[in-house]
Amino acid sequence: MRTATSSLDLLQPRSLGEALRMLRDEGPLTPIAGATDLYVAVNFGTLGSSRFLNLWALDSLRAISLRDDSLRIGALATYTAMIRSRLVRRRLPMLVSAAREVGGMQIQNRGTLGGNVANASPAGDALPVLAVAEAVVVLRSAKEERRIPFGQFYTGYRASVRRPDELIVAFEIPPLDGAQWFRKVGTRAAQAISKVVMAAVRGPRPRIALGSVAPTVIRLPHIEEALAGGAAIEDAVRLLDQDIQPIDDVRSTAAYRRDVASNLLRRFWVDTESAS
Amino acid sequence: MRFRLNEQDVELKVSPMARLLDVLREDCGLTGTKEGCGEGECGACTVLVDGEAVCSCLIPVAQVEGTEVTTIEGLGAEHPLQRAFMDEVGAQCGICTPGMILTATTLGRRPSLAKIRQGLAGNLCRCTGYEAIYRAIHAAS
Repeated sequence: MRTATSSLDLLQPRSLGEALRMLRDEGPLTPIAGATDLYVAVNFGTLGSSRFLNLWALDSLRAISLRDDSLRIGALATYTAMIRSRLVRRRLPMLVSAAREVGGMQIQNRGTLGGNVANASPAGDALPVLAVAEAVVVLRSAKEERRIPFGQFYTGYRASVRRPDELIVAFEIPPLDGAQWFRKVGTRAAQAISKVVMAAVRGPRPRIALGSVAPTVIRLPHIEEALAGGAAIEDAVRLLDQDIQPIDDVRSTAAYRRDVASNLLRRFWVDTESAS
Repeated sequence: MRFRLNEQDVELKVSPMARLLDVLREDCGLTGTKEGCGEGECGACTVLVDGEAVCSCLIPVAQVEGTEVTTIEGLGAEHPLQRAFMDEVGAQCGICTPGMILTATTLGRRPSLAKIRQGLAGNLCRCTGYEAIYRAIHAAS
């Protein structure tokens, strides 16, 4: 059945500069990249916006490269592009693991890293990876470029520091020491939204991030500090309630999420034992 | 707007935000592409855009401007995968079949069972239990 999209406006810039000028002069506009999440809400009529900006043609935002020893991933890089990228496989294998578990092939072919971050769901699978990688979010407007540490990007549930006239253009990921680890727990591997998702690095100082256990993706500062100080994993796990605030919702319960998060922490620690 | 559809040029006057799925079925008359869930979970509406499997329910038609779109009609009626799905009874109600076959065309030559299973993770079937589908793809690839 045809959905009610015929009355919606779509602006179609041919360059990043044109897109940024449209955001400045013709806003408010809702940017659309691979459309895999946002367009669902458009079709169900649950999204408030009626004017959109099509980013899909902006090929300059697809590049994956090394710049000053940082891995730079363009906002329009798809999950498939990240899975195929030798640079991502070598530098950030946990991002490849995350990308393989987003949706099925059809979603991986269209969904983008920039879209995952801009969409700002606390369940976004790539977000814990960016959090532990301490990525920098590169934002650009017609006026300026801003570089925001990922840990400061979200300000609350589905809220971020991105201004309406800004686009996410890239992510920069500095070199990372240590063993990388990723695990998503959902109803099934493909096509299911995470009940809990975790990325972690066992390096000089352990870094751990969880999705779906708080209004935004979060790092676990108390547990990281305990583990860095040499605490046993069972002692560190007891600190979990200081770091997470899971809720009951359609996908799971707070109690289940708490149990799974504890188990993921233990599993991470066992799996990366040889890297310590 | 213009794109190539099953190796023919098409030019259409449609809303740029219309779903590719609706444009294919209603404006182009190609009803082989099916709508299942309408939210990218089931893969029934899978088509190829520049050779890559995508959910046509999740694509504003403006995003296929200048691309090559292939639907199940574009495979003709005698593609080896179509024949194998019939021989192995890989279709029952048939709603998932066009999407299954189009996804299968992207798996390359002689995919392993593991690759077939992973490749089809985004295509749901509520009838067959999948085994006959895997056998069909294995037999045809």
